[in-house]
Amino acid sequence: MESLINMVLLSLLAVVTIGVVRLRNLFAVIILGGIYSFLMASVLIVLDAVDVAMTEASVGAGISTVLMLTVLYMTRVEEAKPVHTPMLPIFVAGGTGAVLVYGTWGLPAFGLADTPINTHVGMAYMDLSIPDTGIPNVVTSVLASYRGFDTFGETTVVFTAGIGVLLLLRRGVSLARLRRKQQEEESKS
Amino acid sequence: MFTAATLAVLVSLILLVARALKGPTVFDRLVAANAIGTAAILLLAVVGFLTGRPEFLDLGITYGLLNLIGTLAVLKYFRFGDLAHSGGEEPED
Repeated sequence: MESLINMVLLSLLAVVTIGVVRLRNLFAVIILGGIYSFLMASVLIVLDAVDVAMTEASVGAGISTVLMLTVLYMTRVEEAKPVHTPMLPIFVAGGTGAVLVYGTWGLPAFGLADTPINTHVGMAYMDLSIPDTGIPNVVTSVLASYRGFDTFGETTVVFTAGIGVLLLLRRGVSLARLRRKQQEEESKS
Repeated sequence: MFTAATLAVLVSLILLVARALKGPTVFDRLVAANAIGTAAILLLAVVGFLTGRPEFLDLGITYGLLNLIGTLAVLKYFRFGDLAHSGGEEPED
């Protein structure tokens, strides 16, 4: 059953990706991006990575959609036709994909018990999480307690980036508004 | 029973994605996206019961909130043209 759900969701992801590439209306592309994030979050839930699914849904479907809409205000809604055929990008993307697939051949099978990640330090975290921190979820205890300073630093970085984006957007939006007003006045006179 | 429900949600997901890709107007795509968010919540709940871990249900609330934020942002974009608008007043034109 799980593999069937995964197959359907991953096929839908591929279909949505093709749609994003082929559509020229950028507004529709943004909406499809939100759909992609919701489907990806569902895949992650089926894979039992609930916290990652949470991040994917809030960042991909929530914040990215809002930011992209803000950007859309400063550009045109229709994407311009490419000037030349994209042979080199296709070659680079295909080559990178082939190298990544080649890399997966070296990985152990999915869910195998005697792989390095399941035999070394991971088990110690599983055993010591509750006596050390009292948090039943091991991922949360690693993120918030064992690597607390690391997470604190990450939060600071994300916060700073958010402030920077807000400042840039405010300036850009007022500039775009000014430009539109000028265009309207020119067309009137 | 949960298996049948999962299959039904998957079929509706396929139909919704087809609508989002074909949809002649932007609003068709928007409604399809919103419904896909709802279908994702349903899938989350059903898969939770299917695998015997109904604790996932809490996440569904968060998904619903995110869905609302996305739709609100799109509607504000349509109403005022940009998202930095403070709202309250009417658009100038």
